[in-house]
Amino acid sequence: MAVEIVDLCVNCWACVDVCPSDAISEGKPHMLVNAKKCTECEGDYADPQCASICPIESAILDASGLAINPPGSLTGIPPERLQHTMNEIQAR
Amino acid sequence: MELEVIGQANEASGCSSSGCGSTDDQLSHLPQQILDKVQNHPCYSEEAHHYFARMHVAVAPACNIQCHYCNRKYDCSNESRPGVVSEVLTPDQAVKKVKAVAANIPQMTVLGIAGPGDPLANPERTFDTFRMLSEQAPDIKLCVSTNGLSLPESVEELSKHNIDHVTITINCVDPEIGAKIYPWIYWNNRRIRGVKGAKILIEQQQKGLQMLTDRGILVKVNSVMIPGVNDQHLKEVSRIVKAKGAFLHNVMPLIAEAEHGTFYGIMGQRSPEPEELQKLQEDCSGDMNMMRHCRQCRADAVGLLGEDRGEEFTLDKIEEMDIDYEAAMVKRAIIHDGILEELNEKHQQKSSSMSVPSNDPLIPANTRPVLMAVATAGGGIINQHFGHATEFLVYEASPKGVRFISHRKVDQYCIGNDTCGEKESALDGSIRALKNCEVVLCSKIGFEPWGMLEEAGIQPNGEHAMEAIEEAVLAVYQELIETGKIHESNAELKAQA
Repeated sequence: MAVEIVDLCVNCWACVDVCPSDAISEGKPHMLVNAKKCTECEGDYADPQCASICPIESAILDASGLAINPPGSLTGIPPERLQHTMNEIQAR
Repeated sequence: MELEVIGQANEASGCSSSGCGSTDDQLSHLPQQILDKVQNHPCYSEEAHHYFARMHVAVAPACNIQCHYCNRKYDCSNESRPGVVSEVLTPDQAVKKVKAVAANIPQMTVLGIAGPGDPLANPERTFDTFRMLSEQAPDIKLCVSTNGLSLPESVEELSKHNIDHVTITINCVDPEIGAKIYPWIYWNNRRIRGVKGAKILIEQQQKGLQMLTDRGILVKVNSVMIPGVNDQHLKEVSRIVKAKGAFLHNVMPLIAEAEHGTFYGIMGQRSPEPEELQKLQEDCSGDMNMMRHCRQCRADAVGLLGEDRGEEFTLDKIEEMDIDYEAAMVKRAIIHDGILEELNEKHQQKSSSMSVPSNDPLIPANTRPVLMAVATAGGGIINQHFGHATEFLVYEASPKGVRFISHRKVDQYCIGNDTCGEKESALDGSIRALKNCEVVLCSKIGFEPWGMLEEAGIQPNGEHAMEAIEEAVLAVYQELIETGKIHESNAELKAQA
C-alpha cells in the first residue's frame, strides 16, 4: 500500500516537507516515494499528505494506479476547455 | 500611531490624488526612520530603482495555496513574471550566488526570497538562507514576500534574521471574492477549497500584517488587479491594510495569457488596460502611498528593476568565480555612499531650482497633460537605444509638473517548444507598448522605427540623450507648447470627436 509519484511532478518539494513517514526523497528526474515506508498516511491523517498539498493534477497515483487529483480538480480548469485552448495555441 | 501621521500629511498637502509631485515626494512624508530604510531599496523607492539593484534567489519551490493567476508547471528563461524560475537553488548555492552577484554588481543592495512557491511554506530553506546571509553578507538588506497563510507562525523567526521588509500579497478581504481567486489552500493537513479556504487565508494575512507592524517591521502590500473580480474591492483592501499599518500598497496588473496555462489565462479572464490600472492606483492613493514602478519580477531576477542579468550568474558560472567578500564589501560601501550622495545633491538642486513648472508663466494652467515614454538603462537618464528597450518608463507632463506613471513592457512572450515563433516583430511590440504616449525619448533610434512611430502618431526624440529624465520630459513639454503642437492635437481630437 503506497502512493506513486509520476513524471508530471515538478519537483517543488512540498510533499517531501509534509510526509509524516519520511517516505519521499529527491530523485531524478523527480521526487520518488519509498513504497516500503509509505503508509498513504493511514492512522496519521484522513488523506495522504503529499496528495493534499501537491499542486499538479495526476502527478500522484494511489495504490490502484488512479490519480488522486484528477484533471481539473486542482486548477478548476475543465479538461475539455484546457484541450480546446491548447489546440488553439498550437494552430497559431 | 505613526501611520496616522502619514495619512494626515497627505491630506494636508491638499492633493486629492498623487498628482502632485513624484512618488518620492510622497515617500518624503514618511518618518525619517522608514525613509532611511527605503532610500536604497529599489522596490520601495521609485527614485532608488534607477540606481540600486535587487536580486531574488529561488530557494522556495513549495507552495501552500493555489492562485488562479499562477501555473506551477512553468519554467522558462525567456519570460519574466512572478513564480517563473530557471533553476531552484539550495540555501548553500543561493548564498554563493548572492555573494557573486553582490561582488559583481556592487549597486545590488537587496536580496529577496519570493518563490517560486511561497517562502514561508519552505521555512527551513528560506530561513537557512537568511541566517547564512545575515552572517556572511551583513551589508545586504533581506526581504521576503508571502501569500500570508503561514505568516503568523513565522513572525518570531522573521524578526530574528534582521528582515525589515516583508511583502504580503493581499488580493481581497472578502472570502466570497477570495473564492474566485484562490481555488484551495493547504491548512492543518487538509486541502480546503472555496470560500472556507479563502476565509482562513484572509484571516491569516490580516493577523500576520498586524503582528509585523506591531513589531515595527515594514510591510508592503501587493494586490493583483483582476478586472471584474476584485478591482473595485481593492479600494477597501487599501483602506484596511493602511489602517493596520502597511506603509505602501502596490496594485499590480493581472498577467493572464492563455499560453501561461493559468486558470485565468485559459478561461479568458482579461488583464486591466494601463488606463484602468492607473485609475485604480489613483483611487487607492487617497488612502496611502502607492507604488507604480513595480516590475512583477521573476523569483530569480537579478539586476536593476526591469533588467535581468540572471544569465551571468547561473550555477556553473558562479562555481568558477572566486569571490573575496570582505574586499567586495569595502568597494560596495564606497559605491553606495557615492550613489546616496548623488541622490542627495539631486534633491537639493530640485528644491532650489524647482523643476516643477507650476510657476512657469509659459505653461498655462489649462494645458492638457501629455504622456511621454522614455528608454533608459538606469541612472535616471535617457541612455538607451530605442531598439534595445525591453520596456519603457512612462511619464506624464502637465502644468503641475512631471511625474512617473508606469512602466510598459515590450511584449516578449515565450510560449515554449513547437508553438514558439515570432508572432510579430519586436518593433510592433514596442509601438503597441507605447499606446497613448505622444513622444518617445531615447538615446538613439533607427530610420525605420522613426518612420513607423511617426505613422503611429508618436514623435521620436533623440535630442536629450544622456540628460536627466524628468528635466528632459519637461523641456519637451515646453517645446510642444511653444510650437503649438499641443493645441494642434487638441483640435485634431475635437475634429475626430
